[in-house]
Amino acid sequence: MWDHEIRAMVSTHALIAASMFMATVLPAVFVEGFSVYRTHLLWLYCTSGAVIAVSVVVFWLLGVTPSTKKHTLGYKLSRLFRSCLYFFLSCLFFHTVVVLYGAPLIESALETFSLAVLLTSLTTMRCLCVLGPNVQAWIRVFSRHGAMSVWDTCLQITVACTLIGAWMGAFPIPLDWDRPWQVWPVSCSLGATIGYLTGLVAAPAWIHYHRKHLTYKCK
Amino acid sequence: MKGLPVLCLLLWMSAVYLVGIYLFVGGFLLVRLEVNRTSTCSDLLEPAGGSGDFCQGQPRFKRTVILIIDALKIDFARFDPSKTAPRPYENKLPVLEEVVSSRPSQSRLYPFRADPPTTTMQRIKGFTTGSLPTFVDVGNNFASSAILEDNLIHQLGQTGRHVVFMGDDTWESLFPKKFHRSLPFPSFNVKDLHTVDNGILRHLYTTMMGDDWDVLVAHFLGVDHCGHRFGPDHPAMAEKLTQMDGVIRSVIERLQNDTLLVVMGDHGMTDTGDHGGESLKETDAALFLYSPTPVFPDPHSQTDLVPTLALLLGIPIPYSNVGRSSYRYFIKKGPAGAVEGLSQLEALWINAKQVNRFLETYSSMARDIPPQRLSQLKDEFSRLSSAYLSSLREGRSPPPQLASSLQAYLTSVRDTCRSTWARFNPVKMAAGLAILALACLMCLVLSELSQVLIKGSGLGLKAPTALALAVGVVVAAAQLLTQGYVEEIWCLAAGAFSSELLFFWRARRLNTVTVSKNGTKASKFSRWLTPRRLLVAPLLIPLLRCASLLSDSYVIAEGRVVTFLVFSLVLYIPIQLNWNGLLLPPSPDPLKSAGLLPPSALSPSTVRKEGATLLGFVGLLISTLYLSLSFHGCREEQGSCQPSSFLYPLSRMQDNQLKNLHYVLSVISLGIFTHLLRRFLCHYGNLNSSGGTVFTARWILPLLSVCLGLHWAVSATSEDSFRNLAELIRVAQLALPRAAFCLLGLGLSLIWLDPITVFVKTRAAASSRAPALPTPRYRASTGISPQAELHHLIPQIYQHMRRSLDDGELSGAAEEPNRPTVEAYGLGTVYSAPLLLFCGLLGVGLLLLHPEGMAASFLLLLLEMAALLHIHASSSTLCGLHGTYSGGFHVPWTPVVLWSLAATQFFHATGHLPTFPSIQWGAAFVGFPDGHTGTLLPASLVTLNTFASHILFAVGCPLLLFWPLVCEVRGSGGGRACGEEVGDAVMEMRLRENPHQFSSSLLQLSARYLFLHGAQVFSSVCAAAILRRHLMVWKVFAPKLMFEVSGFLMSSIFLLIGVTLVLRVDGAVARWFKNLVPDASR
Ligand SMILES: [Zn+2]
Ligand SMILES: [Zn+2]
Repeated sequence: MWDHEIRAMVSTHALIAASMFMATVLPAVFVEGFSVYRTHLLWLYCTSGAVIAVSVVVFWLLGVTPSTKKHTLGYKLSRLFRSCLYFFLSCLFFHTVVVLYGAPLIESALETFSLAVLLTSLTTMRCLCVLGPNVQAWIRVFSRHGAMSVWDTCLQITVACTLIGAWMGAFPIPLDWDRPWQVWPVSCSLGATIGYLTGLVAAPAWIHYHRKHLTYKCK
Repeated sequence: MKGLPVLCLLLWMSAVYLVGIYLFVGGFLLVRLEVNRTSTCSDLLEPAGGSGDFCQGQPRFKRTVILIIDALKIDFARFDPSKTAPRPYENKLPVLEEVVSSRPSQSRLYPFRADPPTTTMQRIKGFTTGSLPTFVDVGNNFASSAILEDNLIHQLGQTGRHVVFMGDDTWESLFPKKFHRSLPFPSFNVKDLHTVDNGILRHLYTTMMGDDWDVLVAHFLGVDHCGHRFGPDHPAMAEKLTQMDGVIRSVIERLQNDTLLVVMGDHGMTDTGDHGGESLKETDAALFLYSPTPVFPDPHSQTDLVPTLALLLGIPIPYSNVGRSSYRYFIKKGPAGAVEGLSQLEALWINAKQVNRFLETYSSMARDIPPQRLSQLKDEFSRLSSAYLSSLREGRSPPPQLASSLQAYLTSVRDTCRSTWARFNPVKMAAGLAILALACLMCLVLSELSQVLIKGSGLGLKAPTALALAVGVVVAAAQLLTQGYVEEIWCLAAGAFSSELLFFWRARRLNTVTVSKNGTKASKFSRWLTPRRLLVAPLLIPLLRCASLLSDSYVIAEGRVVTFLVFSLVLYIPIQLNWNGLLLPPSPDPLKSAGLLPPSALSPSTVRKEGATLLGFVGLLISTLYLSLSFHGCREEQGSCQPSSFLYPLSRMQDNQLKNLHYVLSVISLGIFTHLLRRFLCHYGNLNSSGGTVFTARWILPLLSVCLGLHWAVSATSEDSFRNLAELIRVAQLALPRAAFCLLGLGLSLIWLDPITVFVKTRAAASSRAPALPTPRYRASTGISPQAELHHLIPQIYQHMRRSLDDGELSGAAEEPNRPTVEAYGLGTVYSAPLLLFCGLLGVGLLLLHPEGMAASFLLLLLEMAALLHIHASSSTLCGLHGTYSGGFHVPWTPVVLWSLAATQFFHATGHLPTFPSIQWGAAFVGFPDGHTGTLLPASLVTLNTFASHILFAVGCPLLLFWPLVCEVRGSGGGRACGEEVGDAVMEMRLRENPHQFSSSLLQLSARYLFLHGAQVFSSVCAAAILRRHLMVWKVFAPKLMFEVSGFLMSSIFLLIGVTLVLRVDGAVARWFKNLVPDASR
């Protein structure tokens, strides 16, 4: 019943995952001494950029992004502007949450903000792509009966996986092992990335196995 | 309600926990009393007729060089030339073998048996005092680590020897100001292999060449640190040992004839490089003795080194020594030219006499040595001494076997002491663990079955108690028969264990009985064990918390970790509510709401309001969490940590402006604290009556705060600023805190004695609205009072109808249209008001014991409590509004988990840490600036100070039960418990309507709270048991265990106090109703 959409989802996710892989591998060719730990911020921004670009293009091409009723340029521009604003606000929001969770306030503000950017591009970006700049809809999606399409369910799963991954990424920080990946924010951003990748795999799988029970109301 | 069963069950549960803890701690934490006496030169230890001054004689050696190579295992020191491919730690100290084989009369290499705990500090203590130090040596100076027992270094100083020390700075803290010269180097960083060693090597040889020393102690740490970092089987270890080989060589080259060289390890290491336990690998260190002149010493055990060295150096044996001098050295009048020394027998005799004297002193102070063994030893000594003395008096040579009997005596003393002090008792530890695990399980079962237990009076406590007593007595009798004496710990254990088993058996039976009665309800018991129910966030968080106690890094960062967990769980609440579609009013889409949610009891505005309240309080909670982080102290393990500036008392602050700022901040916090408490009581109309509690709230609480503010002001003024008022200040420093203590006691007892805060106002029948009303069983409402009522009060009015209470006369109700009604102010919060006031008053009292700056933290504590309560209330209202409320007053896991985590969080946020140096000893001197005579009062003051947050949260725990009722939304009563008429707020009177539910919920709440704290105790007990070899066990895990245990003890005591207070209120309310009924009818 959902075969077509699941197939689309799998290929989308494969594309995104491939882009993340490329973002990790390619810069090593061009940049001297590139590594996930040592030049962490560079890696982080590469990955974020790749994910953002690929998701925007793929979701736009697939037509998952809610189509606008009005086709005026002004309306489109305002949508774009609002999306950018929400993106930035979401970065600030994640930054605040991470600081409240115990990240240093001033010392490594850049690192914390980069983590916020990564989280935003892994979670909020997807919301923007799937639901458009509509906070009400975002909140609505994250309830048991809130999903209205396969893509909403997929969104729920990937966002939850990403956030849980980032949350679990904080666990190794207090340990006294002195490993490079314990440095702030490496473990958290790695956790978020791994969580996201898990979500990319888990979402289509979960939907595939539960396709019999999934019923959506039309929008 | 049934108060007594609840209380008894809780009491019994805590008792079982405590027995488990007692058992474990008895096997793990070995406690020994320190004997603070010192030997002197004039001690008459020598046989009768001795010179009287022991130190006059010529010592065997003038000088001694003691090289301590930390963790020098005996395997490292041995040399086996046949090995072709030695491991990195083998054959790296060839010098020892070379010297021993080339100069056998001058040197010896021995295995050197250390006594557990094999940690450096305890070992240093051991081989300087000659006693068997345990983890907790109860001396009169708990705060500093200085050794107060008699020891070699002290004796050397007494006799005027110059002791020069270099190396591990532990020595400096153990023997402050005892050295002639000392060069300590930081030992803390385990990863640093070279700082200490290189520091020593810079000074060792020049010092040896110099002339200002008699005893030189050098403590190398590199080998130990290398073990911890890389393990023994690593090239770095080879390098380190080779370096040590070079050191020993060069020291031997520089030795003079009258000098003794001692090279030793303080303990060994396991194959992973750790130590602390009692395996042979850890206890067998190496001891190498060398002297340019011939010696034949023969020590076996580390404690033996002390008397041997003492007698060799001609100083008195330290008072608490239980070691045996190596008699072989003390050859009787050696060949001509040999240095004169003590004879074999004389040395042994001195040693034995000293040991006997110590035993007598110790047994008069403590009773942990079995009395039988003690009397045997005493008899043995008197027999030996009479034999020796009589032979001496008669001038004949003593019997030849006397020396060996003296040796046997000394050995048996040492073995007795060792079995008392230096062995973990694995059986006790395992039994304690088992009892604790069962107790945790029991708490869980109890909290799940509370309703069944209270309803069906099935689980009386009589049978478990009787069984426990019987089993205890049987075990005691069996012990008497087999061993001859009773170890009460095992009787307790057997009693607790049997009562636990009986409980499970009966719970199981009770469950099956209820299942057969009504199948739907009692599947509960079997249902909660499914992983789906256990793996939810509110139980996952405590699981993580317990797991975090098993890692030293997490224990060190505990304050942050707990805050992190609380924050996660708090964020989880709105997310979960949203997931269930409860946070926001349902979408206007008619299709959806019609299908999924019951249409009743929904009012979008109420939902929106409650949702906003919830989010607002989540925000408040998060900000208090974040702010509370700035009150944390620092452990020494946290390198770059800066302790909060609020931790220091104002009097220590230099900058006057900053001081004033802090003072103002504290006073403002205190003011807000007091104001908020009064504001709450006022808001719910609890300040109108004239009872004891109201008096406390109106007068004692503000007065107490004023007292506190003045006390801070007085204690912060520096002595020299008001010279002429010095006397006044002194008096005020004494009087103000004492007055505060008195007020506190008065307030608490007033609340206890008269907890009712209800103001009754009888209305004239004519003005009553009663005729217009239908005849519900109860009617209570807010705000019907006209403006003439006490203006700022919004009284809760409980219009009590006589007949509705009195079922017998119910039939006549309709005939009296003009019956009088009663308005009762504050009846809606009749339970929570006294409890909250009690909690608040206690909070102010505990604040008195803290540094002034902590006032802000206490305010945060109050705010966090309020936020938690409101979040809990709002979320249960939201659940209730949507009809998913489970019914009853049961408090779900989430708020209880948050509540118990908050207790730990504020333990840290009030500047405490689970380490002994961080205990705020200043608390003992609040109100007693000149010190104390006893120990009970200061100990309890310090305990109250340390566990302030545990106390407050435990006392306030029943508030979780009341708060959803206090914050009850009017017009929504229908969603609540038992089909109450829609309309009026009955608030806490619901509890009176359902006494069964009330007591079962109270029991459930308390059991859950106890379970959460008990689980923490259990996991820290596990940590101590599993990681007893860990490098950090005595630094991190054992102190953590003790703090966790004490915290649990305080929590359970004060939880019981809180529950008892609730029961008292309940009783008082019942009496109040009884009094009211005849009043109203007249
Ligand atoms: Zn050591
Ligand atoms: Zn060590």
